[in-house]
Amino acid sequence: MAATQATVAQTEAQDPFDPTQAIPPEVLASVLPADVAAEDAAPIEIHPDIALVERAKAGDTAAFEVLVRQYERQIFRTAQHITQNREDAEDITQDVFFKAFQKLEQFQGNSKFSTWLVRIAVNESLMRLRKRKTSKTVSMDQDVETDEGSIPRDFAEWRPNPEQNYSQSELAEILRKTIAGLPPGFRTVFTLRDIENLSTEETAEALGLSVPAVKSRLLRARLQLRERLSRYFRQSKEATK
Amino acid sequence: MNCTDFLAKLTDYFDGQIDPTLLVEVKEHLGTCHHCEVVVDTTRKTIDVYRGAQTYEFPDELANRLRAAVMDRCKTVGKYPDVEKRASEPVAKHS
Ligand SMILES: [Zn+2]
Repeated sequence: MAATQATVAQTEAQDPFDPTQAIPPEVLASVLPADVAAEDAAPIEIHPDIALVERAKAGDTAAFEVLVRQYERQIFRTAQHITQNREDAEDITQDVFFKAFQKLEQFQGNSKFSTWLVRIAVNESLMRLRKRKTSKTVSMDQDVETDEGSIPRDFAEWRPNPEQNYSQSELAEILRKTIAGLPPGFRTVFTLRDIENLSTEETAEALGLSVPAVKSRLLRARLQLRERLSRYFRQSKEATK
Repeated sequence: MNCTDFLAKLTDYFDGQIDPTLLVEVKEHLGTCHHCEVVVDTTRKTIDVYRGAQTYEFPDELANRLRAAVMDRCKTVGKYPDVEKRASEPVAKHS
């Protein structure tokens, strides 16, 4: 089981920048809702997005607009987290939905529609990053070999509700600064898994990584963020007196 | 179980995907190691803060503008690749 997942992820990892590449048939077969649902089989729950996608495939742009409304926020946030650039995030959001519309035929319902969109968004975002930093390659693997900052050093307890010591805009600024300091591969995994609430498996699928690779990046991303946030949130000496 | 072993299980522990016998060991370690207890509390808080905050603003005005631009491109191009080139660049201006 674990071996199969690793193989699938490896196959996908070879070409992580084609947002529309076909999903391996063994993955497809495990979740396909279509004609395989024989009457005596257990009923398969069909996500409401599937009906909208079918209508959009038939040319119903209003149905597609419903899907855009549903996921525009998530796609924008994901792009902004990865690129750390607002203009890029705006362009990417447009491109993701436009490309999705054009490639709808390639969406087979084997994964959630939202995961498929996120996958396109991740690939578009990484491409933007690579374009901007022309001398440096940017990929999910960048900087992941270093353990710097992943080993806990700060063991101070935090104040109760530490975020309440800051205004909303101050807090947002702290969070932006903090996550911007992580390598792209780490902040992308943290964004998808912890902020956008994708499952570990969905995150792996969206990024073309294996499940163990996602888990290891997630651990290190969480620990590094914790260490950096501790500077702002730890109990001050005055408070403990 | 020492602190290093504990850290290695932290993600599974958070995700509730941990084998019951291992969970017992993890809880035992947490009961005796203040450092790891703090790491668990503050890591959980880290996730909560990010989840609950509006780290990046996405005002309705921006959403509407981007969506209008997307739908415009989709309607113009439809599924005809010959006009694809014309509409394949973002049209909404940045704020
Ligand atoms: Zn410990």
